Amino acid sequence: MSDSIIPCRTSFTNTILEEAKKNKHIFVVTTDSRSSVTLENFANELPDQFIELGIAEQNAVGVSAGIALCGNNVFVCGPASFYAARSLEQVKVDVAYTNANVKIVGVSGGVSYGALGSTHHSLHDISVMRTFPGLQVFLPADRFQTEKLTRHLAHSYEPAYIRMGRNSVPDVYNSNDVFTPGKAKTLLNGNDISIIACGETVFHALEAGKQLKNEGINARVIDMYSLKPIDSETIIKAALETNHIVTVEEHSIYGGLGSIVAEIVSQHHPVKMKILGIPDENVINAKPLEIFDYYGLTAKNIISAAKELLF
Amino acid sequence: MEESKRLKREAIGIRKRTLEIIFNASGGHTGGALSSVDILVALYFNVMKIDPGNPDDPKRDRFIMSKGHSVESYFSILARRGFIPDNLLDTYGKFDSVLSGHPTRKVPGIELNSGALGHGLSVGVGMALAAKRQGKDFRTFVLMGDGEQGEGSIMEAAAAAGHYNLDNLIAIIDRNNLQISGNTEEVMSIEDLGKKYEACGWKVIEADGHNMKELTHTLSGTPVKKGKPTCIIAHTIKGKGVSFIENNISWHHKVPTAQQLTDATKELNLKKEIIDNER
Repeated sequence: MSDSIIPCRTSFTNTILEEAKKNKHIFVVTTDSRSSVTLENFANELPDQFIELGIAEQNAVGVSAGIALCGNNVFVCGPASFYAARSLEQVKVDVAYTNANVKIVGVSGGVSYGALGSTHHSLHDISVMRTFPGLQVFLPADRFQTEKLTRHLAHSYEPAYIRMGRNSVPDVYNSNDVFTPGKAKTLLNGNDISIIACGETVFHALEAGKQLKNEGINARVIDMYSLKPIDSETIIKAALETNHIVTVEEHSIYGGLGSIVAEIVSQHHPVKMKILGIPDENVINAKPLEIFDYYGLTAKNIISAAKELLF
Repeated sequence: MEESKRLKREAIGIRKRTLEIIFNASGGHTGGALSSVDILVALYFNVMKIDPGNPDDPKRDRFIMSKGHSVESYFSILARRGFIPDNLLDTYGKFDSVLSGHPTRKVPGIELNSGALGHGLSVGVGMALAAKRQGKDFRTFVLMGDGEQGEGSIMEAAAAAGHYNLDNLIAIIDRNNLQISGNTEEVMSIEDLGKKYEACGWKVIEADGHNMKELTHTLSGTPVKKGKPTCIIAHTIKGKGVSFIENNISWHHKVPTAQQLTDATKELNLKKEIIDNER
């Protein structure tokens, strides 16, 4: 991986700084996480649009709703593990239920913190966030998608939860790629099997798809970066045309991408599925990529899962 | 004198309407709704800059009902002030009414969906911060319950308000001493309440939450101290206005019977006569 690849969180902060310079109604709120989110430049360059609230996520989300209800677009940023748990009621009530224009930006999501343990992992966030009416949920796959998504959110009026990882991830896209909000991105075409992934697992899904192709198995690889709204059409089409689906996510096997896909295909065109994710246990202490490997979220195991489904 | 009399008469009318809609809906939070009435009347009929014809006016003062369960008197106030038609109140508690059992922004004049306790002060801090950062001179008023003070998030919000010198923020605590399970000091002590807010950098004032003159004077005089948010601890009586409801925990969410409604209305009418005869 090239050193020049910036993490998604840095792509987010660079982009939101650019957008906020053009729009005084964009605010960034954080909870003693300015270095963790990489918000130092924003804090220095736009102090009037930056609000530090200390270690108090519940208050931060409520305050963000208050700022948003005065006609602003507020990005409240910090570790996903805390925003998706500690302040969940504020997300549910003050943001989603109230329909306040707040974007909850959870950085260092999933197992990004590696050996720091389950307190710092967010493997339940898709599951809970997607059940709040009115709240969109996005997991970008790389820096380019993060940038485009951030620009979109800077101009949108809908509440959203966005989760991104801590470390640099290999590029899946390039700067010319465009994304339609709410639509999945098909990265590889094929009619033998579909591999659907989101967030940092997209890269591994794509690797698996490429290797399968070398073995004569034509896998369709789909980046489902928008978990809500969900692109049902693309999922149903994949079920109809490929009859086998593997889902891959940096999330509990309960309630996340695999569950979403299963909910849709079971009601439209049931097909055999494999749901790859973190099982119902506390994650082992290891580096993020080692954790991916251990739980089978990298190419090797994705390929095995695909073959098990097919043969 | 006349203004105070006008407000007291309004408060009687609001109490009657509050009891009526709870009776019609066969549900509601009677005690807390009644203890907040005078505070709401002072704010909505005297203190706040609001325009029912333009409820989204960016310059309006903001009010957040953090103790969302007092919704029946809140709806009654909004109807009496012209934000919603009075007959809409008759749909309260009925199938698919726009009026929920806690406040929502579907109702003109309401700023925040509330009902889960301990949320309003943070949202108020956000509004007051936005006003400061964007050069607006509206004030933000947040009404909280005393039992609600048990929620830890309130102290996070109180600290932030003090830290950012939000003198455009006024918290009012409806200190009626009772929560659903009993006296606040027996369920889980919240005292010394004033000192908690002072420690977070607030100016704290104690007031009689049923004395209209004192309420309007205190609320209009905010901020009391430049650079400090104001906390008004309004001493109230749960169920205020109806003798058999006052200070009785069973009336937290008890619904009056038809006879009790008649008795309560009679008692409130008598009180109105006394006010009318005041010099």
